[in-house]
Amino acid sequence: MQSTHEISPAKVEQEKLYLEMGLSEEEFEKVKNILNRRPNFTETGIFSVMWSEHCSYKTSKPLLKKFPADGPGVLQGPGEGAGVIDIGDGQAVVFKVESHNHPSAVEPYQGAATGVGGIIRDVFSMGARPVALMNSLRFGNLTTGRTKYLFQEVVHGIAGYGNCVGVPTVGGEVQFDDSYEENPLVNAMCVGLINHDDIQKGIAAGVGNTVIYAGAPTGRDGIHGATFASVDLSDESDEDRPSVQVGDPFMEKLLIEACLEVIHSDALVGMQDMGAAGLTSSASEMASKAGTGIAMNLDLVPQREEDMNAYELMLSESQERMLLVVKRGREKEIIDVFEKYGLQAVAVGEVTEEKSFRLIQHGEVVTDIPVDALAEEAPVYHMPSKEAAYVKTFQKMENEVPHVTDHGEMLKQLLQQPTIASKESVYDQYDSMVQTNTVVAPGSDSAVIRIKGTDKALAMTTDCNSRYIYLDPLTGGKIAVAEAARNIVASGARPLGLTDGLNFGNPTNPEIFWQMEQSVEGMSEAARTLKTPVVSGNVSLFNQSNGKSIFPTPVVGMVGLIESLEQLTPNFFQQPGDLIYVIGETKAEFGGSELQNVMKGMYKGKAPAIDLHVEAKRQKQLLTAIRQGFIESAHDLAEGGLGVALAESVFNGKGLGVDVSLPGDPTTAMFSETQSRFLVSIKPEQQEQFEAAIENAVQIGTVTGDETFVIRANDEALIDEDVQTLHELWKGAIPCFLN
Amino acid sequence: MKKVTIRIMPKQGVLDPQGKAVQTSLSALGFSDVKEVQTGKLIELFVEDYQNIDQRVRDMCDKLLANPVMEDYHYEVEEVART
Amino acid sequence: MKFAVIVFPGSNCDRDMYHAIKHVLGMEADLVWYDNSNLENYDAILLPGGFSYGDYLRSGAIASASNVMQHIKAHAEQGKAVLGVCNGFQILLEAGLLPGAMLPNKNLSFMCHYEPLAVANHKTCFTSNYEKGEVIQLPIAHGEGNYFADDETLSALKANKQIVFTYENNPNGSAADIAGIINRQGNVLGMMPHPERAVERLLGSDDGVKLFQSLIQNWRDAYAVNA
Repeated sequence: MQSTHEISPAKVEQEKLYLEMGLSEEEFEKVKNILNRRPNFTETGIFSVMWSEHCSYKTSKPLLKKFPADGPGVLQGPGEGAGVIDIGDGQAVVFKVESHNHPSAVEPYQGAATGVGGIIRDVFSMGARPVALMNSLRFGNLTTGRTKYLFQEVVHGIAGYGNCVGVPTVGGEVQFDDSYEENPLVNAMCVGLINHDDIQKGIAAGVGNTVIYAGAPTGRDGIHGATFASVDLSDESDEDRPSVQVGDPFMEKLLIEACLEVIHSDALVGMQDMGAAGLTSSASEMASKAGTGIAMNLDLVPQREEDMNAYELMLSESQERMLLVVKRGREKEIIDVFEKYGLQAVAVGEVTEEKSFRLIQHGEVVTDIPVDALAEEAPVYHMPSKEAAYVKTFQKMENEVPHVTDHGEMLKQLLQQPTIASKESVYDQYDSMVQTNTVVAPGSDSAVIRIKGTDKALAMTTDCNSRYIYLDPLTGGKIAVAEAARNIVASGARPLGLTDGLNFGNPTNPEIFWQMEQSVEGMSEAARTLKTPVVSGNVSLFNQSNGKSIFPTPVVGMVGLIESLEQLTPNFFQQPGDLIYVIGETKAEFGGSELQNVMKGMYKGKAPAIDLHVEAKRQKQLLTAIRQGFIESAHDLAEGGLGVALAESVFNGKGLGVDVSLPGDPTTAMFSETQSRFLVSIKPEQQEQFEAAIENAVQIGTVTGDETFVIRANDEALIDEDVQTLHELWKGAIPCFLN
Repeated sequence: MKKVTIRIMPKQGVLDPQGKAVQTSLSALGFSDVKEVQTGKLIELFVEDYQNIDQRVRDMCDKLLANPVMEDYHYEVEEVART
Repeated sequence: MKFAVIVFPGSNCDRDMYHAIKHVLGMEADLVWYDNSNLENYDAILLPGGFSYGDYLRSGAIASASNVMQHIKAHAEQGKAVLGVCNGFQILLEAGLLPGAMLPNKNLSFMCHYEPLAVANHKTCFTSNYEKGEVIQLPIAHGEGNYFADDETLSALKANKQIVFTYENNPNGSAADIAGIINRQGNVLGMMPHPERAVERLLGSDDGVKLFQSLIQNWRDAYAVNA
């Protein structure tokens, strides 16, 4: 990093240095108009990070407004560190998903680790104790050394940070597709638990109050990370390596404990984590939200390296730092708490009446910007949008049933696809049990953690089938939300709300922007119909390399409430003799299916159709039946269709098998990915009540006790395998790919 | 001011899984001429001048920096300019 | 019977241990911050799992050098019970209260799952409620649980029946399948698996309950004799 002391405002303008920082010509003109003068180097840097997509959502804001953010239980919607939803008894659940895609592509271990650290801080900055972590990962197919390396290091990074900090990683999803080869996606979600009285906000209220900096000292790491997160990854990215931040989970653990102690003090006014754009975004956003200004003396900011200039201090993305606003005169009691944990906390500034963002270093004013110019007045762009040409072609294709000759062989192949195969070798590396609340560990549709001191539990899932969204973003967007809700309901929980992690390519490409628009439209419609408000989220754009874009991947993180642990429902079959039902009719829908991937090596055609009203009704009926005690197990039908779901239902080491007779065309029945379906098992004595309670349920067979997997079609055996063989193929596939 | 460079290595006979993994990986990259890899730690101390520096460094190693059950250590002391 | 759960900076199973003792077993327990030196009122000291001091340098090394260890050693010398679980076991090794050391798992990965363990010595104050040779299910969650000791130490551990728990399917490369060992005096136990995570059937196993019940019962018996 060159020294920036000498760079004059005139030089910034003449040499167009603002372009390198990410500000466009028009944006630079706007800055000059706001200030009525040329910005200096530091101010230019501050505008560029605050007006980056990562901080300002300048291109996605018009879309995000479409999400339903309100609902009966919503205590905090988008705009704070994380969303908050009431769960009764004076408690609430706090959650958010965040991406760390670009840093993970450059340095996968630290990129993933700091992604986990950042999302945890978002949750405890609200005053909540982080109780669970989830993730959603995407990589290229595990064929190249580079992809294998990225995959393994991302997993190590998530484990390294999450395990140390003592928040269990209870689940997630990993999918593989060529479109992620150069652009892996690392989305992390954190769930916290809070008492209503403890909810904090990131506001700098009360003129004269003191601004306190707490946590790790500031170094030169991650400078311009927020801008970095908003540009096309090209081969030049290797040169950007110094931009990657390094995480310290030990420091984070101490910060969690100190911050959760500090929230009980009435001296605390507001608290926010220093995430993207570090000190700049936290301070200016806290002031903007409170309608105040902030003045800081940068000489007081704890510094890890010598001779850091204002630009570096303000744009650094050093990890494990928090900004607090504290009542004047009561600084010491807050600082003492941090010191007990061996953490540095120092007063660095104050809240001002004048709504300006004013920074002083070495006795000189180095920045003086109207606060609202950085946050609320950031530019908003309505990007041109155009229906993607390929989608038109796909929509004209007819649904066809692929010709499968050996269904047993095909099932074996499907079970070994990395997207379907067991992720045990991944989640075994995560401490999924710390905090002793994990009732359903990784490997099910939803993870479930109990809430100590109550009979309740939280179910959570992350989901997104980006293949469907690629084929048809509107329908695919609906499916992403519906499938997440289906996972939650299958565990016996009522969906409460969701957080979204929108990962797309370059939005200046009208076809990519159209994908964004359509999928957000679909997700919004599903969220409204299924009554799951969108309470928080994150946008990651420019996920493309050398012009090749990722599949549109709007990840849905959903949380549900199990009102009594009695209603907790496993994914797996439970007892020999139980009856197996499929809820929902099956059509020949293979567009975007795993079968299509295996047979054609590509995705094409129509995405499976979805009727959200049917979906809502079916979910409601199943949840009612679960509460009435009719359901022994429930599993969502997803990638690989019924065949894969049946197999997964006996992969629980209980020595079970199945004997199933398929209705209709065997290929469709086995492998179609028609939506809004569940696989359930019930006790024979409850058959009558179950059938009365659930529409469109068809009995297809029984659970057996002999570890054989028998599927019949048209009175003939279609598949006759032993469960052990299938289980081993499924379990061994990913370790096999990696060796 | 003195600079003390301490090299900590696994004791002879103690399994070094990290070294083994590095060797396997090097071999996979075509460096099959590497017959053994040992991984360890390097710690640098910058200390005021005082007498008995050897005794002090050995104490530090025995009490904290190395674990005598599984690690050996070697150190070097050199004069460096004050910063 | 009163338990102290020592909390080091970076401990993260402290609350789990406290919950198990206080809310599941119904005993008195306190979370004791590591700079508190007064341990006299406690009958047993529990060193919980986690990543004390980030496990920087070596797992448990920095915690083992903290002042509270002197008090824990004094407590142990009085014959009172000390239990170190996971990082707590690593701290006891680093502090020299138990012999041996921990190496990274042989596959170099952190691992978290249930493992079957054999109770190799059911005649200790921590294991008397188990049957001889009983196989129990406890979770493990560690990256460095590969127990190492030289042959002489291993022979002594065997000869003195100091090996208390062994892995049925050694997951991490531990010498002699060791999952937990006790000191010669029989009052300091270190183990990598987590008994405090296995005290409620809801979470998958309650096989850890007997360990704590053994400790409580033996304390009561001794207390009855002394009283």
